[in-house]
This record gives sequence, C-alpha cells and structure tokens, in this order.
Amino acid sequence: MSTMNWMRDPTAETESVMRARRAPPKSLEGLTVGLFDIGKTRSDEFLNRIEQRMCERGINTKRFGKPTNAKVASKEIVDKVVSEADVVLIGLSD
Amino acid sequence: MAEKLEAKHRGATWLAARKVEYGDSIDPAEVCYERGWTDGLPVTPPTDERIIAMLKGTTRKPDEFVGRIPPNLSECTVEKVAINAVMAGCKPEYMPVLLAAIEAALEPVFTLHGVLATTYFSAPVIIVNGPVVKRIGMNSGINALGQGNRANATIGRALNLIVRNVGGGRPGEVDRSTLGAPSKFTLCFAEDESDPAWQPLAQARGIAPGKSAVTLFQGHGPEAFVDQKSRTPEALTKSFAMSLVKIGHPKLVQSARAVLVLSPEHYGIYREAGWDRARIERALYEATIRPGAELVAGADGVGEGIPASRAGEQVPKFHEDALMVVRAGGAAGLFSAILPGWLAGRSRTELQPVTKEIKE
Repeated sequence: MSTMNWMRDPTAETESVMRARRAPPKSLEGLTVGLFDIGKTRSDEFLNRIEQRMCERGINTKRFGKPTNAKVASKEIVDKVVSEADVVLIGLSD
Repeated sequence: MAEKLEAKHRGATWLAARKVEYGDSIDPAEVCYERGWTDGLPVTPPTDERIIAMLKGTTRKPDEFVGRIPPNLSECTVEKVAINAVMAGCKPEYMPVLLAAIEAALEPVFTLHGVLATTYFSAPVIIVNGPVVKRIGMNSGINALGQGNRANATIGRALNLIVRNVGGGRPGEVDRSTLGAPSKFTLCFAEDESDPAWQPLAQARGIAPGKSAVTLFQGHGPEAFVDQKSRTPEALTKSFAMSLVKIGHPKLVQSARAVLVLSPEHYGIYREAGWDRARIERALYEATIRPGAELVAGADGVGEGIPASRAGEQVPKFHEDALMVVRAGGAAGLFSAILPGWLAGRSRTELQPVTKEIKE
C-alpha cells in the first residue's frame, strides 16, 4: 500500500503577481522624463549627454539618483520618482 | 524512533511551513531538485524529524522573525532557517552561527541585495572566531578554505540557500553574476587563534575576548599567493603587495576590499620580527601605494585605468580600512591566499564587512 510522505517548504511561500505593463506614451511632449543615476561610475556622464539631447528637443527632464549601486533605491526615492516624473530612464554604465 | 514520535507529536504544532507531499515511489531528493530548491548539489530533504532536531540547536522559537531576505524582502523565521539548514547538511549546533551570519548579512551596510545582484563574482564570505569554533569542530587548519569539514561547508551553504529559497535570489534572475564563482556555493572558515600573540579578527573588530563571532565579507576566492624566498617582514610585505594590487585589475584602485589569509609559515616571518595585526595591515596598505602615472587609462597601452587627472598622485590600491588579515591554514607551505572583495566598495561608508557576536 502506498503511503504519502511530506517535507516542509523552504521558500517564503509567496507567489509573484503579474501586472500588466503600462503602455508607453506615444510622445514625450509635455511629459517629464526622470533621469535616474544608479550610482555607478560615469553614470552621470551618460545621463548628462541624454539630458542635453532631450533639452535640445524641448523635452522636460528631472534628475534622480541613489548614492551607490550597491544598494537598492529606498521607497522614499521610488515614491519621489513616481510623483515627479511621467517616465523614467535609468543610466547603467561603468 | 523517538525522533519520529516527537515529530509526529510536535510537527503539527511547532511547524508552520507548508507540507509538500510525495509518494513512496518518489525520491525526495529529486522533489527538491524539481522544485528548484537546490544550489545544484543534492540537499537533505527537510522532514519534520530533521527540522525539529535542527530547531533544538537554538533557544529561539520557530516562529520568531529573523529578518527580510533580499531580493524579494521575504519574511524569514527561525523555522525557515532551520529548514534550509537541514537541506544544507548542517548539524543543530551550527544554528547559532548560522543565525548570526544571517543577521550580519541583513545589516544595511552589508548590501546583501547588491552582493547577489552584481555581475561580479562576490558572495558572502563567513569567517568565524571564538570558542564556538572548537565546539562545533570548524576547520582553521589544513585545507581550511576547501572541502571536507561539515561545519565549514554547510554553514556557508545554508546562508546561500536561504537567499535562494526564502529571498528568491536565483542565477539568471536577480543574480546577474557574469561568471559566478565556486565560492557562491559556500566560503566559510574559522580563524586560527592558536597563537596568543595574535589578535583574532573578531577582537580587532570590537568583539570581547572569549566571545564567538562571525565576520561577513563580500568576496570570492581564494586566489593563490606563493613566496618561498622572502625571509623578512619587509620583503614579504612587498611581495604580498605585488599580488594585492592585481585585485580586479592592476590599474583599478580604491574600489575593492580584500582579506589576506595568512598561512602559518608566512605568519611566522612576521611573528619572529614582532609584527602584529595592526602593523601588518598598515604596512600592506603603504606597500600598495603606486604612482598614478602608471595607473591611468591608456598607460602601457592598456585601456583600463584611473582618470588621467590623477597621473601626478601617489595612489593607494585600497582605502585605509579595506584590508583584513586572517590567520588560517596548515603548518607546511609558504602559500597564503587572497580573497578579493566586491569592486563596488568605492564608498567606504556604504559598503562594509559586518561582524556579529554569536549568541549561544
């Protein structure tokens, strides 16, 4: 006769929730583009160039960042980006 | 039989984790593989008997909150620690060391999320000091950085399994390491405290004598160091410096910490000359200062390097507090080891090793 055995789950027993992505805007006109510096070396050089190019096209930009790439952005920083920018571009570079 | 009866009696009341059922004809080790619960090596299936035995290694209650494990910041209880400790192959008496290691890893300055997520090679390296070392039979001698000792092998493995299973940190997902390293399975060892003249690492980092502690470092390795001819501390220090400056790349500076695992024969050269930890660490820092002109991007036809604006400086390889010397290894062999740190250490305050006392 077959018996049922068990072991215990080593995971956090949580499940990911899939959320639909927001549709990207058709145009950046009138929107604020957040430029987010993750704290890597030379991120600022990359974002400076992007900001310059966007300004030349009349697109509003706003700079955000975190002090080091070694740590995740705090909730406060993420909330600030959400409240002050319509779309965000993250600079990853070395 | 006693354990089985206890598991039957206590399992339902002590343990809150979900039961995962399998039939007699199923290999439980394969169940763990199929569910993605292993690091690639087989794990010990976490049955109620084993978990309850593991929980006896700590006075902490199974439902006690330990912390939130990145990357998912999932809640981790003592029970979940015990389950993963079973899977890693730990003995119950390792639990206080493992719990201290988890708490150290969760200190914000340890940046565990970043250590997992980086494209670099790093993972938590665990160094254990104090009376617990002998009590649980850890190895600080021959092959201390290698295989063969259950405590060394499984405590480090358990921490990494907790990040994987509780935190959800898996290679190819949030773990983005370009190449990884064998030390991502486990790199945990004890310091050799047999010489009373030597200040153990934990005491150098503020732990009282007679107490046990873990020190967690963001690193990988080991990298080999050989010098069979230097006979003075000055010569040996210069020699170590030649290897230490290569961490990451010889022309990269002030971005990584390092652990130097000093073998008994190399240590003997310092000891005979009366050099202590502080003097060795200071001398190594000074010996790794080099002319900026040799390190700038493009120098020697190599693109990597520091900005040209620093060409006129004398440039240290490390920040002043970035080197930790640890004694370990077998009595024979003029070999030592370097454990290179994560290159994200540009900011000394944002990223640091962490030492925690082990509460037994």
